[in-house]
Amino acid sequence: MSALQLLAEQDPGELVQGLTAVGRGIVYGGAAIGPGIGIGLVVGNAITAMARQPESAGVVRTTMFLGIAFTEALALFGFVLAFIISG
Amino acid sequence: MNVLALEFPPIDHLTRWPDLGGGLNKVALVYLFAMAATLALFLIAGSKKQMVPRGIQNIAESSVDFVRNSIIMQTIGPDGLGYLPLLATMFFFIFFSNITEIIPGVQFPANARFGIPVVLALLVWAIYWIVGFIKQGPVHYLKNATVPPGVPKAILPLVAFIELLQILIVRPFSQAVRLFANMLAGHLILVTFSVLCAALWVVQWYVVILPFSFALLVFLTAFEILVSFLQAFIFTILTAVYIGSSLHPDH
Repeated sequence: MSALQLLAEQDPGELVQGLTAVGRGIVYGGAAIGPGIGIGLVVGNAITAMARQPESAGVVRTTMFLGIAFTEALALFGFVLAFIISG
Repeated sequence: MNVLALEFPPIDHLTRWPDLGGGLNKVALVYLFAMAATLALFLIAGSKKQMVPRGIQNIAESSVDFVRNSIIMQTIGPDGLGYLPLLATMFFFIFFSNITEIIPGVQFPANARFGIPVVLALLVWAIYWIVGFIKQGPVHYLKNATVPPGVPKAILPLVAFIELLQILIVRPFSQAVRLFANMLAGHLILVTFSVLCAALWVVQWYVVILPFSFALLVFLTAFEILVSFLQAFIFTILTAVYIGSSLHPDH
């Protein structure tokens, strides 16, 4: 039996439910890629800065948290969007 | 939902709360607790002032010192010290309403409902607009906030539009969503692992997964303490940054 036949025999309601679940996963997974890379860059560079100039660690730490907060917002929008999507 | 023959409660159970009468539910009770705890902390700390602080006075003094040195001095500068009461209160209110996430018996972060984060973000929004209007004047504030220095004339309209959108919508929206989504995500993770632990408590072969699930639950509970603190810190520090940008325009 081919995949198309299988799809055609499904109950439409179940199909929509399943595809919604897949969509939610894709939305959140996609939204997490960029911020993951971004937070890595922010924290990595902050650690480099702290290691080079330990006396400026206080300022760097504050700025690092700000950078994380701004970058993380995108992932959280994706998280909220994944909840909003309903089948 | 039925995954791997384990019964999970449907997700609706997480987003609906029974009414206890008079509009009170668990969320409102947690907020009342957070307000009372913030008030009690500073009232008790201020009632018996000692030269050498002990107990609650010690906690209050070191946390005010923390807000002063690592939030205000790093972002606004010495002329922002007038905002210390606002920022310290905001920090403690958010922290207390977050930390209920890991208090046994309550185990619910009140900020995982969108209402109060929105109110707090709108409060911050009103404060930085009013501070900008008073300190710089309406025309200067709008000009300094929307026209960044050193931008080529050709793309200035686009940049100005984005900056205007930033101070009008994006700032309060992202601030509210950040607090709400972080707490909701943490709560969902804890719920997932607690339900998993409860569902795995059976005489079946898959009971071998239980120790891992439980160890992760303990670890994530410790992690959520950090998140509760960090979200209160980030909300407060962003408030300070926004007020700072209204006080001192970029040159």
